[in-house]
This record gives sequence, structure tokens and C-alpha cells, in this order.
Amino acid sequence: MLVFAITVSFGAVGLALLLAAWRLVRGPDLPDRILALDTLYISAVALIVLAGIAWRTQVYFEAALLIALMGFVGTVALALYVARGDVMH
Amino acid sequence: MLLETAVSFFLLVGAFFTLVGAIGLARLPDFYMRLHGPTKATTLGVGGTLTASMIYFTAVEGTSLHELLITLFLFVTAPVSANLLARAALRLKLRSRAPLPEASGAGRD
Amino acid sequence: MMRRWLPHPVTSCVLLVAWLLLNRSADAGHVLLGALLAVAIPLAVRRFFHRPVRLRRPRAAVRLALVVLWDIVRANVNVARLVLGPPARLRPVFVEVPLDVEHPIAVALLASIVTMTPGTVSCDPSTDRRRILVHALDVDDPDRLAREIKSRYERPLQEIFAC
Repeated sequence: MLVFAITVSFGAVGLALLLAAWRLVRGPDLPDRILALDTLYISAVALIVLAGIAWRTQVYFEAALLIALMGFVGTVALALYVARGDVMH
Repeated sequence: MLLETAVSFFLLVGAFFTLVGAIGLARLPDFYMRLHGPTKATTLGVGGTLTASMIYFTAVEGTSLHELLITLFLFVTAPVSANLLARAALRLKLRSRAPLPEASGAGRD
Repeated sequence: MMRRWLPHPVTSCVLLVAWLLLNRSADAGHVLLGALLAVAIPLAVRRFFHRPVRLRRPRAAVRLALVVLWDIVRANVNVARLVLGPPARLRPVFVEVPLDVEHPIAVALLASIVTMTPGTVSCDPSTDRRRILVHALDVDDPDRLAREIKSRYERPLQEIFAC
């Protein structure tokens, strides 16, 4: 049952990544693309955690944490850039 | 057995909500509506997956709580990025199906 | 003495726990190092906090946290239903919610809570912090939404922060 659940989850999260990528390419506006990137990295975190369960290893945990951190910083920087025209002020 | 059921349940719930968030992102008609999908569904989706991981590794290797860090981090950061993105969109005056508010301080800082 | 070395006890606790979770151990060495950091970091960033946070009602805080958690789950089921249904039927609106809370951290918390709960995203906490702009995905009565946000989340926050 666990193998089945893991397989289905891989499929669902993979599909989520594809949909987000489609929105990233499609746009139409800058905030849409930033939001798509945001979704992409959060889904990537889910994918890494899933891989960790599937392979019974915890070595990827730090990777997931780092992606979450960097993704957030990236989203904030991009959103601020669009909203204000500069990142620091 | 019970454990396997719990892990599978959280995995499936997590994957379902992650997918729902992405579907919302892909198919809703305007930016402000698209914002709803990822900020809520995806966050809970990843939360579900992390809960499954927490239960699984606690069972296999003894206490494993560090997934909690990612979950909490995502729950704290999701509203912040959503808020900033909404502000950016208001600043750009993106078209919206809901009438845009007139006298808001959008983008004024 | 206490005030001087531990200006933010809650922050310190969070830092210590985060450190132990990151290292996946509760050895004496890690506890010591974590405790050092938990004291040093709040001292280093002390000047960024202009108004101190005083939690008046821990019980109310716990209750609010549970209400919010439950609402997050409810919100997700709700959003899933809306997203998978026909998008043409959705009635999105912008609602301005006037605020009574004043403490900047309370306003930030309220905006975050609104974003994570039923069909609403807070967009623009205006610069004067007197109102927040909320975008809702599917609403028939905007006024009721505003009232609900105020009674369900703002009232408890007001109690907790006593402002």
C-alpha cells in the first residue's frame, strides 16, 4: 500500500510541477511568472521529501530545507523588485 | 500496518493538495484568483507530505521531528510572499475580474 | 537582570528548539551551543524591535492557534472544491477591512492568518495600518466576510496583544 501511495504521490507532484512550469512559460504577466516559480520550488520540496521516503534516507532533508529558504528569498526579492523597482531601500 | 495506513493517507492528502494548488495556478482566470491556489493548497500539500515523512522516519529510525522546521517555515513564509506578490500585481494594475479598489494605497510607499 | 539578558524569551525558546531540531540531537553540547545562540541572537537584533511584544493571554493564544489550524484545513477543502469546479461561477471581490488592532506584529499576524484561511488573501496592509485589503475567491456578501474576519481573528488578537 505504501508503494502504491508513493507512486501516486510522485505522479501527482510531478504533474503539479509541469502545471507550474506551464504557467511559468505562459505568463502572461511578471507576477504570474514569479508565482509559478514559487509554486515550483514548494512542489520541489514535496518531491524531495517524497524521494527521501521512497529511498528510506534522510540525507536529502537539508536540500529540501535549503530550497525552501532560497525559494522564499528569491520570491521576496523578485516581488519587491516588481513592486518598487529596487530590492533594498 | 496502522502506521503504513497513516503514512499513505498523509502522502495522498499531501499530493492531492499540491496538485490542486498547481491546477488552480494553471486554470483560474486572473492573477488575484490564481494567487489562492499555491498559497493555501500547496502549503498544506507539502505539510501533508512532511507529516507523512515525520511519521515514517519516526517509525523506522526513531524520533524524527526536523521536518517540522520546513513545515513551520513554509507556513510562516507563504503569506509573506503572497502579500508581496499581490502588492506587486496591484502596483502593475493587472486586470482583475473583481473590481479593483479605487483609493487603496497600492504600491504607494 | 532577566530583562537585560533575555529581552525576548519566546524568540529565544524558538531559536533553541530550531537549533536542536536542525542538529537532530539533544546532547549536552548542542543544548549548550543552542542556548548560547538563543541568548546572543536576540541581543544582537534587539534594536530592530521598537515595541516589545507582551503576551497577555497565553490561553487565548493557544485557542486562536487551534481555530486557525482548523480553518486552514477547512479553507483547503473549500479552495479545492472551488478550483476544481467551473471557474466561470466564481464571484471574486476585493473587500477592505478596517482595523482596530494597532500593534505592528498583530497587524502582520492578522494579515498572515487571513491569507491562510477560507478563500481570502490579504493584499495590501495600507501604510497607515488602519485597514487591510482582502481578496476573496468566492463571496456573496462582502460585509459578512469583513465582520467574520473581525470577530473570528481580530478580536482574539486584540485580547492577546492587549491593545
